[in-house]
Amino acid sequence: MTTKTITVVRDLLATNKQAAAAIREELRGRGILCVNLLSSPGSGKTTLLEALAERFRGRLRMAVIEGDIETERDAERIRAKGVPAWQITTGGACHLEARMIGKVLGDVPAAIDLLFIENVGNLVCPASYDLGESLRFVLLSTPEGDDKPAKYPQAFLSADALIVTKADLLPYVPFDPARAAAEALSIKPSLKVFTVSAVRGAGLDGLAGFLVESLERLRSGRA
Amino acid sequence: MHELSLVASVFEVLEEEARKHGARRVLAVVVRVGVMSGVVPDLLESAFETYKKGTIAEAARLEIVSVPVKLRCPDCGGEAVREDTDFSCAACGSRRVEIVEGREIVVERIELET
Repeated sequence: MTTKTITVVRDLLATNKQAAAAIREELRGRGILCVNLLSSPGSGKTTLLEALAERFRGRLRMAVIEGDIETERDAERIRAKGVPAWQITTGGACHLEARMIGKVLGDVPAAIDLLFIENVGNLVCPASYDLGESLRFVLLSTPEGDDKPAKYPQAFLSADALIVTKADLLPYVPFDPARAAAEALSIKPSLKVFTVSAVRGAGLDGLAGFLVESLERLRSGRA
Repeated sequence: MHELSLVASVFEVLEEEARKHGARRVLAVVVRVGVMSGVVPDLLESAFETYKKGTIAEAARLEIVSVPVKLRCPDCGGEAVREDTDFSCAACGSRRVEIVEGREIVVERIELET
């Protein structure tokens, strides 16, 4: 009987990273810009998507993959806007994984410009899982408080853009957009920051413009 | 929290390595967990203790090595460990730093009884 020590160095997220890389390559090949939305529950991910669906109607073709623990509610809201949507119910799991997206991808029609993935509402776990997206947005709604970036650094660190939502509530809640942005930028200096009100339409021009530019950049790099 | 599913991946590695080396038991596992990986060491440990019953690693101890955030600065070439979440270069203040360590979840070493 002998004891043997083996150095293995195995990345536990390797399987997910490989699946994500395959998805990223497929979507780039199809010229689809994929955006993964991360936030706490109730910060306005679905409402933002509804507003973008109206804004892009007749201009860009959108599709949405919805992640929730239970119910089809979010997918139904998106479909009501005339946008194809697929609901993934995780049955308790706290985040989406690339493998789950891979299963839905075959159903996504070829003629799509923007594919949004609305992750399970959770500012912690989804940050660790690459879904093969081109861009990751983290949403922070004004009632949640401007102190969240430093409390949940992984989410902000992994994001490409911070979307401050529910700007229409700013007169009623103690939220300083400058403080939230400064804190998020200290974690991730390259973060783009947008402040929007999906229900009033404020700030959506800037965000929509950024999405269009990112789509053009993705497609020009495709050849 | 997804520590249980990560532990399931740890066990895939353990079973594969044990088979490869003809081991009878796994005695110890060393896992490196980055402080920015989103994994809570205490939860990983309880998930491991629950999961190991009835497996080849029933008697194994789990050692978790916490990995702090290490930044590399492309402007001055400096590398430094950062304790807080102000991710700028400690030497020159540049904000273009990359994180080279601190986000990983890696099975580093295994001790087997053959």
